[in-house]
Amino acid sequence: MKKDLISITDFSKDEYLRIMELAADFEANPNQDLLKGKVVASLFFEPSTRTRLSFETAISRLGGRIVGFADPDSSSATKGETLHDTIKMVCNYADLIVMRHPLEGASRYAAEVSSVPVINAGDGANQHPTQTLLDMYSILKTQGTLDNLNLFMVGDLKYGRTVHSLLQAMSEFENPIFNFIAPENLQMPPGYKHHLDVRGIRYFEHEEFTDIISEADIIYMTRVQKERFSDPIEYEKVKDVYILNKAMLEKTKPNVRILHPLPRVNEISTDVDSSEKAYYFEQARNGVFAREAIISHVMNLK
Amino acid sequence: MEANDNSKKKLKLKVSAIKEGTVIDHIPAKNLFKVISILGLDKIENQITFGTNLDSGKLGAKAIIKVSDVFFEDREINKIALIAPHAKLNIIRDYEVVEKKIVETPEKITGIVKCFNPKCITNHEKITTCFTVIKKSPIALKCKYCEKITNLDQIKMV
Repeated sequence: MKKDLISITDFSKDEYLRIMELAADFEANPNQDLLKGKVVASLFFEPSTRTRLSFETAISRLGGRIVGFADPDSSSATKGETLHDTIKMVCNYADLIVMRHPLEGASRYAAEVSSVPVINAGDGANQHPTQTLLDMYSILKTQGTLDNLNLFMVGDLKYGRTVHSLLQAMSEFENPIFNFIAPENLQMPPGYKHHLDVRGIRYFEHEEFTDIISEADIIYMTRVQKERFSDPIEYEKVKDVYILNKAMLEKTKPNVRILHPLPRVNEISTDVDSSEKAYYFEQARNGVFAREAIISHVMNLK
Repeated sequence: MEANDNSKKKLKLKVSAIKEGTVIDHIPAKNLFKVISILGLDKIENQITFGTNLDSGKLGAKAIIKVSDVFFEDREINKIALIAPHAKLNIIRDYEVVEKKIVETPEKITGIVKCFNPKCITNHEKITTCFTVIKKSPIALKCKYCEKITNLDQIKMV
């Protein structure tokens, strides 16, 4: 049976740990010709330069070749071809499909239609599992463990898929504590709080972004994304509410690291960049190793 | 005695017997018209009697439907389970109840309900919907594709 990665919950805790192990291996030795002679289709039905470049770098470092498109205007979707037909065609050509799509559930559907493995590179506001695995790898690298951590999530916790998936994944580990900092209308949805409740995992909700962060091991900042709002007035109301600056880091723990899925707008002041607690650019670099690990895992290359 | 006889007569008028067909009892009164619409009873020409806002200890106010000469398939009974999980079906032949069916909410619901999420792929391409029942009462369905949860008040049939 082929292996896909569509939702972070498709993988078990053992698989998370396997990906972490492989990522460390690729970090030590990024260029490994495991994909030599293989073709990977990179289908971006929605532009995402960062994710696409990270994937295409990972594929290149594994020695694979890439076919595909970077934005929907150059795909047959503009001619009205269904996703079903596009995937049916592409899986005849490629050994692996990496796919980003604006509609939720598109990747799950593609995986059903495709005869080759599918890796979800983001489906609307739903899932972005490779981001979660690179976040976990960043947490592991900076904290030395994935157990007993106090995780603060800040900003748009309602629409931010990265925080949802990270919550699901980290709740598999020992004794996490979650702190959610968000404006009232962007709070963590009840479904995810329920997920924690049934597992007996502690979490706290705050509206104020204050020195409560002194308890944090990880501060995961998110961008309030304009494209997730149907009403621009609602966006204007909340976009500048949660901004992290250097002064706020004074009382934080020495081991704390600040993560952000990037791109940031203004939610992390640039004066934070020089702090040793800032980790978001290294986090992005970890993405290549995590994606090399994920590709190797789903294609049984290692 | 006379008063009792009268009330019995009235009761009979309220829920007159049918010769052949199906009686669906214990429908929550507020969902009666949804049940009618889901089963397509508003589009058939058979004789139908229904009563609503009847007293029921269990449901508060219940409704009952009697449809002449119609016998439902299990697939259709599944549809009722979504909004009338405690409904009971009596199959009537020649004025007698020959079979009783209890409606049970299935674990998975395939191809009956629309996903409420307008950005779900199933609302954009011809895909058979599929949900896991994550809560039975009140019903909550998790879409296999977009992973969003459709609640009772958001349920629309395909």
